[in-house]
Amino acid sequence: MSEAGNERRGALPPGVSRSQELRKRLQGEGYLADEGLSTAILLALKLGRPLFLEGEAGVGKTEVAKVLSRLLDTPLIRLQCYEGIDVNQAVYEWDYARQLLHIRTAEAFGAEEDRQRFEDELYTRQFLVGRPLLQAIEYEGSTPPVLLIDEVDRADDEFEAFLLEILSDFAITIPEIGTIHAHRPPVAILTSNRTREVHDALKRRCLYFYIDHPGLEREVDIVRLRVPGAEERLARQVATAVQGLRSMDLYKPPGVAETLDWTEALVALGAKELDEALIEATLGSVVKYREDQQRALGAGLQLLTGTGGV
Amino acid sequence: MLRAAVTFGRLLRRAGLAAGPDRMVEFVRALEELDPDRREDVYWAGRVTLCSRREDLELYDRAFRAFWERKEGRALKRSKTRMSFSLADDSVQPPKKTVERNESGEEMVRLRYSPVDILRKKDFALYTSEEHAELNKLLGDLKLSGALRRSRRLEPAPRGRHDPRRTLRGAMRTGGEPMRHRYRKARSRPRRVVMLCDISGSMASYSRVLLRFMHAGVISGERLEAFVLGTRLTRITRELATKNPDRALSEASEAVRDWSGGTRIGDTMKEFVDRWGQRGMARGSVVVILSDGWDRGDVEVLAEQMMRLHRLAYKVIWVNPLKAAPGYRPLARGMAAALPHVDVFLSGHNFESLEELAWAIAGAASEREGGAR
Repeated sequence: MSEAGNERRGALPPGVSRSQELRKRLQGEGYLADEGLSTAILLALKLGRPLFLEGEAGVGKTEVAKVLSRLLDTPLIRLQCYEGIDVNQAVYEWDYARQLLHIRTAEAFGAEEDRQRFEDELYTRQFLVGRPLLQAIEYEGSTPPVLLIDEVDRADDEFEAFLLEILSDFAITIPEIGTIHAHRPPVAILTSNRTREVHDALKRRCLYFYIDHPGLEREVDIVRLRVPGAEERLARQVATAVQGLRSMDLYKPPGVAETLDWTEALVALGAKELDEALIEATLGSVVKYREDQQRALGAGLQLLTGTGGV
Repeated sequence: MLRAAVTFGRLLRRAGLAAGPDRMVEFVRALEELDPDRREDVYWAGRVTLCSRREDLELYDRAFRAFWERKEGRALKRSKTRMSFSLADDSVQPPKKTVERNESGEEMVRLRYSPVDILRKKDFALYTSEEHAELNKLLGDLKLSGALRRSRRLEPAPRGRHDPRRTLRGAMRTGGEPMRHRYRKARSRPRRVVMLCDISGSMASYSRVLLRFMHAGVISGERLEAFVLGTRLTRITRELATKNPDRALSEASEAVRDWSGGTRIGDTMKEFVDRWGQRGMARGSVVVILSDGWDRGDVEVLAEQMMRLHRLAYKVIWVNPLKAAPGYRPLARGMAAALPHVDVFLSGHNFESLEELAWAIAGAASEREGGAR
């Protein structure tokens, strides 16, 4: 592998060299990671490798990038992928309006040698508009930025091939200008909901981690950490109910994001504990398909409130 | 440590993980950053560097346990047990030669062959193995392509959205005056085709041919996804992607755990819609189901899943070999439950009907986005 001899220094938050320490720091920023995830992040930072996070919607993949940018005190540069995304939206675009203006100015000056000079200037950095990937490569701060390439599975394979180049060399080639190398490689986080299988070649450039739904205790902790207004009892009830919903074979099982939304909704309503009326009123913030709601309500709400002896 | 890591890697490869040398390098580098004496650290270092999809995790866990508990691989069973599904009668056999002597004593070689046009109409269930060999050649020529859909990607066009980049390029030649404006519009590309083939016992005489058909589609480079439906759902796109049809099929059969088991087509369809369809694979695509609709499970489940699928997909095509029988009526309860949610219902019992299927898949091409449904 070409990178073998390449000394890339990773970016670690000061005072962190082990995964337990990183875990504590992440928690300080409001993110509860298990040992696997914190080790994966630590390795990504140390080895300077992109981290490929896969998992159901709402398990906190995107959040990892946000938290890292806070922890490293560095900007978060986000590229949201969608079908048809291309170089002009992801990497760079020429500023046509300004270029045109520039030519007009040359026209006004008239002199032949000036015109040549103006034309030469047309395709230089000053007329280039940097999109997220170029911004991340060109960043010049002391700590590299966090580059979030979100939902990479939504982009098409043409774009994937293009990412491959950027993620293996952390360099971008612009025909009119040349190759721009990253000062220091950005901390790259890629996420995928797995709507389709991302190409192996791309995955091979990355460390891979699959984020699962958290277990009950960790979910209670997450709720407590993220929604401080929720009391212990409510947090536990909500987490139990969500775990119940996940086992219920719904079209779209709720993720942690939904758990948090739901808790916030309940707290906003001043709830101290969960009851059937509250569940019926707020179910829409966790379960978002009509069929799923019917299934959840049909399964008996006492199951969710835990009053049915669960 | 290096040696142990390499042995571990070999074990993983035997278990079916793609732990190539580049990944092994990465694994060792990760170990160096962590504490190689801590079992957890070794576990996670390997897991993030040597796995690349969720299916890998289980294999990895098993291999890890086996290796680090010093059982040295004896406990590690291949998770993919070899399938009993036999491709032996599928192998290309030369046409049988019968040597006879005619009256004058000259040797006469008689080649038994089926004229193509007869073959085209013959039911696959009645095929001899020579005819199967012949059919494979025909299938190789079949081109499959999905209906066109509009992509978000733009291409130059005489009219459409303004293209400042090309306009400016042109303007350079005319002294900065954009004399000719350039435009671009969305390119169209074929829709994804998803094929799900039933391989339960009742489909046995057809599923082999239909898999060949799927293979022809996968290698033709179209965006085609292939699954088989049995007691469980198995994605075989990857396995079918080898050019050699025999190898592709044997790899696919190795990936499948339940050849010719019973069918609970409703449950497996649910698995498909849950795991793949709803997340995007079925959205806007042409979904082809190859099955006789024989379901031993609850038909309500199938009806519900077909309804979901129909809402997601651009077009649902159901291919049922039994349809060709004279006087066929969809009596199989599963079939009856599914039919209201099917756009095109075809037979697929002989080559001619497969051509018809290929046409039906491509046929939606003339329909514009948002047209038919």
